[in-house]
Amino acid sequence: MTERFAQASGQGCRNAPVLKQRGQHEVFCGLTSIVWLHRKMPDAFFLVVGSRTCAHLLQSAAGVMIFAEPRFATAILEETDLAGLADAHEELDRVVHELLARRPDIRRLFLVGSCPSEVIKLDLAVAAERLTAVHAPQVRVQSYSGSGIETTFTQGEDTCLAAMVPDLPAGPEGPEARELIVAGALPDVVEDQMRDLLAKIGIDAVHVLPAAREATRFGVGPGSRVALVQPFLGDTLAALERRGARHVAAPMPFGAEGTTAWFHAIAEAFGIPPEVVDRAVAAPKARAERAVAQAAEALRGRSVFFFPDSQLEVPLARFLTRECGMEAVEVGTPFLHRQVLDGDLALLDEGPTLSEGQDVDLQLDRVRAARPDLTVCGLGLANPLEAEGLSTKWSIELVFTPVHFYEQAGDLAGLFSRPLRRRDALKVGAVQPPAMP
Amino acid sequence: MKLTVWTYEGPPHVGAMRVATAMRDLHYVLHAPQGDTYADLLFTMIERRDHRPPVTYTTFKERDLGADTADLFRRSCQAAYERFRPEAMIVGASCTAELIQDDPGGIAERMGLPVPVIALDLPSYQRKENFGADETFYRIARALARPCEKTARPSVNLIGPTALGFRHRDDVTELTALLSDMGVEVNVCAPMGATPSDITRLGAAHANVLMYPETGESACRWMERDLGLPFTKSIPIGVGGVRDFVAEVADLLGVAPGLDTDRLRLPWYSASVDSTYLTGKRVFLFGDGTHVRAMARVARDEMGFEVAGMGCYNREQARAVRAVATEMGVEALITDDYLEVEAAIEAAAPELILGTQMERHIGKRLGIPCAVISAPVHVQDFPARYAPVMGIEGANVLFDTLVHPLVMGLEEHLLTMFRADPEFHDAAGPSHHGGHAPLVAAEEGGAGPRAPVAESPRDISAKKTEGGGATGAIEVVWLAAAERELKKIPFFVRGKAKRNTEAFAAARGETEISVDTLYEAKAHYAR
Repeated sequence: MTERFAQASGQGCRNAPVLKQRGQHEVFCGLTSIVWLHRKMPDAFFLVVGSRTCAHLLQSAAGVMIFAEPRFATAILEETDLAGLADAHEELDRVVHELLARRPDIRRLFLVGSCPSEVIKLDLAVAAERLTAVHAPQVRVQSYSGSGIETTFTQGEDTCLAAMVPDLPAGPEGPEARELIVAGALPDVVEDQMRDLLAKIGIDAVHVLPAAREATRFGVGPGSRVALVQPFLGDTLAALERRGARHVAAPMPFGAEGTTAWFHAIAEAFGIPPEVVDRAVAAPKARAERAVAQAAEALRGRSVFFFPDSQLEVPLARFLTRECGMEAVEVGTPFLHRQVLDGDLALLDEGPTLSEGQDVDLQLDRVRAARPDLTVCGLGLANPLEAEGLSTKWSIELVFTPVHFYEQAGDLAGLFSRPLRRRDALKVGAVQPPAMP
Repeated sequence: MKLTVWTYEGPPHVGAMRVATAMRDLHYVLHAPQGDTYADLLFTMIERRDHRPPVTYTTFKERDLGADTADLFRRSCQAAYERFRPEAMIVGASCTAELIQDDPGGIAERMGLPVPVIALDLPSYQRKENFGADETFYRIARALARPCEKTARPSVNLIGPTALGFRHRDDVTELTALLSDMGVEVNVCAPMGATPSDITRLGAAHANVLMYPETGESACRWMERDLGLPFTKSIPIGVGGVRDFVAEVADLLGVAPGLDTDRLRLPWYSASVDSTYLTGKRVFLFGDGTHVRAMARVARDEMGFEVAGMGCYNREQARAVRAVATEMGVEALITDDYLEVEAAIEAAAPELILGTQMERHIGKRLGIPCAVISAPVHVQDFPARYAPVMGIEGANVLFDTLVHPLVMGLEEHLLTMFRADPEFHDAAGPSHHGGHAPLVAAEEGGAGPRAPVAESPRDISAKKTEGGGATGAIEVVWLAAAERELKKIPFFVRGKAKRNTEAFAAARGETEISVDTLYEAKAHYAR
């Protein structure tokens, strides 16, 4: 590390104690990630093998029925499938044939496991192999689990990307770094900005996982370096490392500081001097700092409390405390992946309670006692907390909105300042929610 | 296994949540995996509720499956009782917990909690949301309601309103006032607003008003049998519906059938000349059975529309909907398959859709205006203003609701007058739509996250709808001159003219449409 991204006081939160509680988890399951993954991969279709609950969750999480034409659907298990009256594998084959006949544009089909399919031990990996044999080379069929008993919210992206890794062809030889793999679904516009800056730094061989199209698949090998743009991709990273790729450890590219550190870490891995990075990022970095400073006016000196949700909590707490002047009270996360989060934990000043997992009733007691200026939480909790007078930011927006890298740094700060500015702007008297039967 | 794109109803435990969330001092302990808590957002976001639904989920994970999920349920149940101290509890399983067969009802019963604990057995792989709500409320009523002394004055219970229902909140207010005008008190309104102790007093009423058969019929049937409470069959939606309802209540309770119509505007609005343009507008209705059959009557008899098609997604109401459809001269579509509904609407080519949140999408794709008249609904269907669909004010609201998506008389008149005007040409569309629907990619506003860009490639239903199209087997070709002539017809009737002409040509076995064919068809259909 150079002084450019000097650490917080010593080790930051690297060795801070973690509060672990077990109780009701108020979080989405991994199926939810289909809502953004299907947009990133326009030739892919996601077929959940599950129950009516899964279908209902997907349409509820997807903005409650915004899309008339989704590239995801649910094969709903029925009584006959469970009672063994129908062979579930034969049924699945039938549904897949029906689907592919209707959608000849599909090149990749993901069979997505759910809680019920896991419990009845329906082996979707076997089904995917069988169906690939039937539909190749037109369609590649893969499987992964998005079930709530195994995955939490954004972990669904992790299991999806990890499932794609074994199928990738053999890639660059080592030991030097030859190609960069960036793991994590980014909106196209953000991906282009990233590629542009990497090119300016001198790194042109860049692949992103997930690749937008089946046709743009790439190889992986000891000459691959992996940088994550999302902190919830631990399994994906491990799968790539098993294929010989090496991890470029860095803070997540949120805010001017995180983004700069991220580019520096990659440059270092490719043997590119830091001055090259500084030159390449100077203009966008200055823009980002200005934009953040403007949005941060409403945030400075205010306290923030994170409920566990997207696993973005630690990097975002780092951004909000160091670049926006906020004070973190509690940083809750569903799962604390120390290897992936090391760079962010090191930069996060000691002080906030770090919590992993959840007992939602106990955590609500804590947030009521702390009365933070801003609470970052899921959709189920936001309005009830607003009704208690706490300003909230619903966290799911953080995975749907472009928030990475320099040009979005101001927007990211804006997501957090808007609820506070709104509260200040409204002159409607004391907000008393109407009595509701 | 059934391929499902959108689902009109959630799973049955969501129905149970609609009952629990509508009630007070009742708590629901749901054995369910992590992730099923998504259902909270339906209530806190779509309905803007200021409290979490009174539901404790066990949220078991994989590691719990190897251990003791039954014990996890027991501990969750105990903790929920101690924290919330409800008057009564309901317990049950979601789809995944149903598979692991922990028997939440049996466990809860053995715990000896000091309040009534009602076990729910909701088969997740056979039934759906409305069944779940209906069954849950029936179980609660059966467990708690006992015969009791009747109220001195004539009274009724309002049965069926739940959380997340279409306009239930305001329908309750409207009916309470309407009944009060007749000298009839509301003894208990349930599930909405009722506590478990209120449920024990259900038998004190003289009759039940079954507002929504979807969610209250089983309980009403049980109360009829075991508590001797007759229940109403008419649905007080629309002028005719309200009059029937008033007569029925008067008859059941032996009171005078009074109805204060001072505020009733629908009949005059419908009779006023501007509404002449509504005559014969073809509408397609789809939603829950109760709203669809009531609204079909309003559409035909009170708005002067023509019912071009109708149906419902809840099979439980199929018989009632079929009966009304027969009366309207159409065949009822009974399905919960969104794609089938889309194909049927495309084939019927109506000028207006009265549907659910789902049909809004269909309308958007096909360029047909749509008004929402039934659950499932979105955040904009919980308006801040008072907007019932039942009773006198409900009729007024319906007039506005059913007219708003259409071009109104004066506007249609002006469009015709200025047809060729560059600033007021037909492609500009009605002023309040912001352009023609097929070109509009504007997304619905409202709660819930949205991905940034509209979805582009169409579509899962392509194959299916081709076969169901309106043109049928004979390919009819428009000659260039006829096509030019067609374009001179104002856009808002052009679809109808095109369809009629094609049907006219097809019926005569003609494969080409000339200008003459167009005008012959016009003459043929003229009334």
